[in-house]
Amino acid sequence: MEAFKVLRPGLLTTVQDAGRVGYQKFGVPVAGALDQTALRVGNLLVGNAEGEAALEVTALGPRLLVLADVAVALTGAGMEATVDDLPLPPWQTVVLRRGNILDLGRCRWGVRAYLAVAGGLEVPVLLRSKSTCLVAAFGGYGGRALRAGDRLSVGAPAKPLEELEGRAVLPPDSPDPDREVLRVVLGPQDDRFTPEGIRTFLGETYRVTVHADRMGYRLDGPAIRHVGGADIISDYIPAGGVQVPGDGKPIVLLADRQTTGGYAKIATVIRPDLDRVAQLRPGDAVRFRQVTAAEAQGIWRAREAAFRRLAAEIGPPERRRSYRLVVEGSARTVEVEDRGLALAVSVGGRTVTVAVAPAGTRGLEVPSPLPGLVTAVHVEVGQEVRTGERLVSLQAMKMEHEVVADRDGRVAAVAVRPGQEVRTGACLIAWEASAGGSAAD
Amino acid sequence: MVELGDRIDVRLNNRVRALTLAIEQAALPGVLEVVPTYRSLAIAYDPLEVEAERLTARIAETLRHLREIRLPPPKVVRIPTVYGGAYGPDLPFVARHNGLTEEEVIRIHSRTRYHVYMIGFAAGFAYLGGLSRRIATPRLESPRLRVPVGSVGIGGIQTGVYPAETPGGWRIIGRTYVKLFDPLREPPTPMDPGDKVQFIPISEAEYLGAVSQQPSAPGGTPELAAGR
Repeated sequence: MEAFKVLRPGLLTTVQDAGRVGYQKFGVPVAGALDQTALRVGNLLVGNAEGEAALEVTALGPRLLVLADVAVALTGAGMEATVDDLPLPPWQTVVLRRGNILDLGRCRWGVRAYLAVAGGLEVPVLLRSKSTCLVAAFGGYGGRALRAGDRLSVGAPAKPLEELEGRAVLPPDSPDPDREVLRVVLGPQDDRFTPEGIRTFLGETYRVTVHADRMGYRLDGPAIRHVGGADIISDYIPAGGVQVPGDGKPIVLLADRQTTGGYAKIATVIRPDLDRVAQLRPGDAVRFRQVTAAEAQGIWRAREAAFRRLAAEIGPPERRRSYRLVVEGSARTVEVEDRGLALAVSVGGRTVTVAVAPAGTRGLEVPSPLPGLVTAVHVEVGQEVRTGERLVSLQAMKMEHEVVADRDGRVAAVAVRPGQEVRTGACLIAWEASAGGSAAD
Repeated sequence: MVELGDRIDVRLNNRVRALTLAIEQAALPGVLEVVPTYRSLAIAYDPLEVEAERLTARIAETLRHLREIRLPPPKVVRIPTVYGGAYGPDLPFVARHNGLTEEEVIRIHSRTRYHVYMIGFAAGFAYLGGLSRRIATPRLESPRLRVPVGSVGIGGIQTGVYPAETPGGWRIIGRTYVKLFDPLREPPTPMDPGDKVQFIPISEAEYLGAVSQQPSAPGGTPELAAGR
């Protein structure tokens, strides 16, 4: 079924799934989503198999015309995504209707976001995967990034759209406070480096250069010393392999890497931490921390166990709430149902649907990312706040969640108090418009 | 990663090949794929299915019995190649550089049965061993931006075929119509590590005839993606 028409393709939007396993011995890169966690969670939200094909969006997202009713979930980097100009809540399943315009907008933090669609993207399976292999120009959508005019098809959803709608997970800390630290297992050519070189690698801070893409991230920083030269007889490069060529600057190799290479590899970044690399931008700092192979396996197992728990927990959230409304002595029951982009308000048998974000303050509101209970408010009206500082604490799904500032600004209004229940999208605080700007967009 | 040595050498490479075969045949649970290279073998596995220690023990045991592995005889993959002219713009340079005529270069290049050490660097790119020193030629000082797919070249002491149109610094001496990588085919490349490659000189007429009979570009076209 045709689901989307591409109006504007974005910077680099490709079809990616869990990757192409089994063909590296033919020189075929694994490809696949760079942030595998974001891909898997998105797919779980829309009821797909975890490794199903989704759109990987890079920095500037596409603008899509919705051609048929679909359920989608946006995960990964923080995008300024909208549906018909209303904010699209991330990390939850939203039903889009035929005729909607979905615009993934720009990245506020991170680099790569994922649009999972219930039923998965329908592209040919080549060498057992739907991933786009950009370097060999095959797979995914015609072996290339999306262009304006392209039409995307999706498969049949696993569940009816109404059942998928509203499923949500706690969004990760945005951006990930641990993202600077990459855990590594030393080797296989760590013996080609001096002890001083290894200390440098593990002790210093490196920065992502502009040469950072799906094949690998080149880093800049203190040079790492080799024993003898940097050249080895070409051998296999694992995902996360850190090559150090003659200039001593490390390169972290990623999904689209060449399968073999001739530079010594000092270490391998552990798989779960490759998701962090996927969200690093040029200029970001990086530090390497050593773990043993056994510890790396333990981290992997723990992460997979967390996924199993998540898969079991994702289900229809508490979306319906009843209120007693007393008007001039007469009491009515009002039912409010959260539908992601809108609320359905029912009184006396009549239902009215209202959109979530009031116009006029769009962009100046900090919306609640999920339904929950406000446990603490950390700011007050007039307070100057910096990016990353806490605004409001919420309790949701038995966990504490901190809503933090995504910008430097001054608080114009605080709309909630501790003990208050909020729904997704409810305004928590509002910023003052900056001088020279206006409240309406 | 199993490292069997530290040199480029056919016997060592055959040990890698034997180990690859043994592991693939053993179908050990949890092994996702194996990647043989010049002198080592990488084994990708799922840590949820098999513990590293157990897998390492199984591999060590397999290594002890490596001599008993019967390697299938290598197949000889023939690569019909049209040498020189528009298809081999660097053939005159290779000849001059080595003090040979173009015909001698073609004869020396096509006489050798090259050993496939591994497939890597790019999909379908075979690292071939055995190029005669008499026609070894340094790479271009400045690589071409686009080398036509199927180009046969010499770069230093290496020879090989470009499986896709990419930039390249090798001296191009000919072109083949054989698809070195086809994602619609299983397996996607015509040769395996351990096979032998022989370049067979053909005429331009034969080359053009073969090309005209080939289906068009490999899969993954937007028309297929639209799910008609």
